[in-house]
Amino acid sequence: MSTNAPTADLFRSERMRRRRIVNRLVEGAATVAALLAVAVLVIVVSSVVRSGWGAINVDFFTKTPAIYTGFGPRPASGISSAIIGTLIIIGIALVMALPVGVMTAIYLNELAPRRLAGVLTLAFDVLNGIPAIVLGIFVFVFVVVGHGQAAWKASFALAILMVPMIARSTQEVLALVPASMREASLALGAAKWRTTLSVVLPQAVGGIVTGATLATARAAGETAPLLFTSALYSDSVSYDPRQPIASIPMFIFTSAEQADPVLHEQAWGAAAVLIGIILIASLIARWFADRSVRRLKGER
Amino acid sequence: MSVAQERATGPAALQRRGRFRPGDAVLYVVTCASALTGVVLLGLIIHEVLSQAWPAIEKFGLGFLTTQAWGDNGNTLFGARSFIFGTVVTSLGALLLATPISLAIALFLSELAPRWLRSVVAPLVELLAAIPSVVLGLWGILVLGPFITGTLGPAIHGSLGWVPIFSTEPTVGSNMFAAILILTIMIIPIVSSICRELFVGVPAELKDGALALGSTRWEVIRGVVFPYARAGIAAALILGLGRALGEAIAVTQVIGNRVAINTSLFDPGDTLASRIAGQYQGADTALQVASLVYLAVILLVFSLIANLAAQLIVRRVAGRHQV
Amino acid sequence: MTEVNYPVDIDVKEPAERAGLPSAIDPSLLAAKPPAETLARDRVFSIENLTAFYGNAPAIRDVSFEIYQRMVTAIIGPSGCGKSTFIRCLNRMNDVIPNFKTEGRILYHDIDLQARNIDPVGVRRRIGMVFQRPNPFPKSIYENIAYGPRILGLKDDLDSRVEKALRRAALWDEVKDRLKRSAWSLSGGQQQRLCIARCLAIEPDVILMDEPASALDPIATTRIEDLMHELKRDYTIVVVTHNMQQAARVADMTAFFSISRGAEGERSGVLVEYDDTKTIFTQPKDSRTEDYVTGRFG
Repeated sequence: MSTNAPTADLFRSERMRRRRIVNRLVEGAATVAALLAVAVLVIVVSSVVRSGWGAINVDFFTKTPAIYTGFGPRPASGISSAIIGTLIIIGIALVMALPVGVMTAIYLNELAPRRLAGVLTLAFDVLNGIPAIVLGIFVFVFVVVGHGQAAWKASFALAILMVPMIARSTQEVLALVPASMREASLALGAAKWRTTLSVVLPQAVGGIVTGATLATARAAGETAPLLFTSALYSDSVSYDPRQPIASIPMFIFTSAEQADPVLHEQAWGAAAVLIGIILIASLIARWFADRSVRRLKGER
Repeated sequence: MSVAQERATGPAALQRRGRFRPGDAVLYVVTCASALTGVVLLGLIIHEVLSQAWPAIEKFGLGFLTTQAWGDNGNTLFGARSFIFGTVVTSLGALLLATPISLAIALFLSELAPRWLRSVVAPLVELLAAIPSVVLGLWGILVLGPFITGTLGPAIHGSLGWVPIFSTEPTVGSNMFAAILILTIMIIPIVSSICRELFVGVPAELKDGALALGSTRWEVIRGVVFPYARAGIAAALILGLGRALGEAIAVTQVIGNRVAINTSLFDPGDTLASRIAGQYQGADTALQVASLVYLAVILLVFSLIANLAAQLIVRRVAGRHQV
Repeated sequence: MTEVNYPVDIDVKEPAERAGLPSAIDPSLLAAKPPAETLARDRVFSIENLTAFYGNAPAIRDVSFEIYQRMVTAIIGPSGCGKSTFIRCLNRMNDVIPNFKTEGRILYHDIDLQARNIDPVGVRRRIGMVFQRPNPFPKSIYENIAYGPRILGLKDDLDSRVEKALRRAALWDEVKDRLKRSAWSLSGGQQQRLCIARCLAIEPDVILMDEPASALDPIATTRIEDLMHELKRDYTIVVVTHNMQQAARVADMTAFFSISRGAEGERSGVLVEYDDTKTIFTQPKDSRTEDYVTGRFG
């Protein structure tokens, strides 16, 4: 039996004020925090764009870096070798990582006994969490010490980074393929391997592309593994994967610590290019992800 | 499905076929080998790193962890103490700053913001995660550093200079404080996106129950959402910590790279990951290389512990909440 | 945000047990009810032309009736007729649903519940709710009950408040030795009584129940119904139920909702008939009511 008048609490009363104030404060704090995050993003991106704008011109994309000794006119320089170098390194890394990642996902999702799949998945999750600098050191002591740096060794390090991402993304989309599709193929007399490769895998292509693109976007921005495997800072240009070659992250990293403001401007420009690449890759990945998930869910 | 159909397509059917299918065997072997690379690589990494660090481990033993030196005594003495200190301080500092901000963002995006605002803000927060660390480091050197020495540092030092961690005036833009800020920016997207998914996953009926008892939104969050999600929040924080521990590039660009232990955050320092990165131009002697790898061993131990802890929590939570 | 599945299709498949019976309700159930005139009728709710919209689609249209104090009022009707939507309007729980709006008034003790100066948090303290599936918090039994008083600042003497609430909900004897154990360790029926106790702990005036026993076994259901009989001595109870026998057993007044087609063919729920329970089940005035209660529906 209510002891107070039943309508006392209905009105915005004093008793409720403190609780409502606390509620408002929390809501306000949460909004401020979210806006703070967005503000930081805007600040960083606008710094990049504003400061890098001056460096972006045709030369930037067509010329290679030139060392300026401080005397005489400044030679035209750009980051074309770094862009191409990044593409080469990432390309090789993708060639290494994609098959391994996809095959791993097929095994874990389709063929492996449950307990083993759990253990192996844990291993990949742990692998995913190893810092990139440690991966760089590993590749350094594994294949670089005594043999010299090389672009493919950088690709190897990046591939280690990419495999868990590709595997997980592929696994997720393989799980979405309805069991009835596999059963239908098997019921027609197709062997398991044919079912997997001809029926299941094509359905998963969207997810595989998503995973590969996201992994590429992540790897494109990684600098740590490059430090010990493909650190090239000079005006020499090389596209031989057996040698160290230039890359955009390394260019930014080394230019940042120089005292030359023109180099700084070029570093900002390179940062803008890098962010642009990552942004486009993420958008492509997201588009593919939505498309494949929609198709798979629609077919159920 | 009729019994006959089930017999024809179930796993038993494959075994009863009797014929050896080389295609199946090849697929199994190839994919199994791929899947094993995870374990193999993990073992290989641990083994290689340990064995290459061995000369330094042998020479310095565990005293390495308590020695503060790098290349002293004619390049014969190395120690990790100042770097361990730097790693702990910067990572914990970043976690301290990032936790309330990330939780607040997660709450904003899951409970408090109107739907249209969520779809605008959420991708922007994710975009923060996509910024490469080298770009954040560049920004840290050229924008944040001057800001700290010019405006923020003097302000904090002026008002809170009596607090030990703010006791010096930042003269150079490269210091521990800058590293902490950069790491905070890096952790926030990770922690907030995991927490956001956790909060969205709290069953509506639990929240309705609290609401029906006359709770304000915050009381529902505090009484139901946080308790329900607390294990997941812990895992998210540990994952964020792991990220901060391992960040080398951005930190090495802004931390000052000094072998020193200072109380004030406005002084330079160094972390394990950052020192390793700083040596990329070449270590001169074999001992130096081995000491470098010894640093990597310590870092690996830290991050493996953090990673495993997070994975275990995640797996335990996933099992429990199948109610 | 709550996702409310608003089923628009009429599901007229009523429980099989009723099919084929001339009258679905056992008359002996109704004999025990005192005739309507002798029941004291203090008005608690006065609903005036209430129409509720999800976006542009009306879920219920033009509902008007009164709910009286210290009685059990049952809301019955086929699936999709807006019973849950209606009851959730009474304690402003629909506020959390985006694009939800209402027209018309709900007067609670002559105060318009939807006026601008009314705080929904305060409304929900006075008008409590028990849900279809028991939803105890992931806390101990004690903490579940103590939750309400705590946020109201009634921290003194929590122990006796908890005990009182649990006794009122007929749960005390079963849990008094394990108050610190998790509420999820209780059976379904016990959890639902826990939810009722949780509601009672903040001393509401009205208790709304949205199909409180539909997820429970028959024995647990009986205990909930007995509890309703007990509680109505002190509280006003409004219960939504799809089980007609339940309505006949527990309710003093019964409101029958059904689905009607609007001008453009959209379906919405309307109040067809509202009367004391005996009349609804033995001498309904509307043919739709008669069809429903005799099982002729579908």
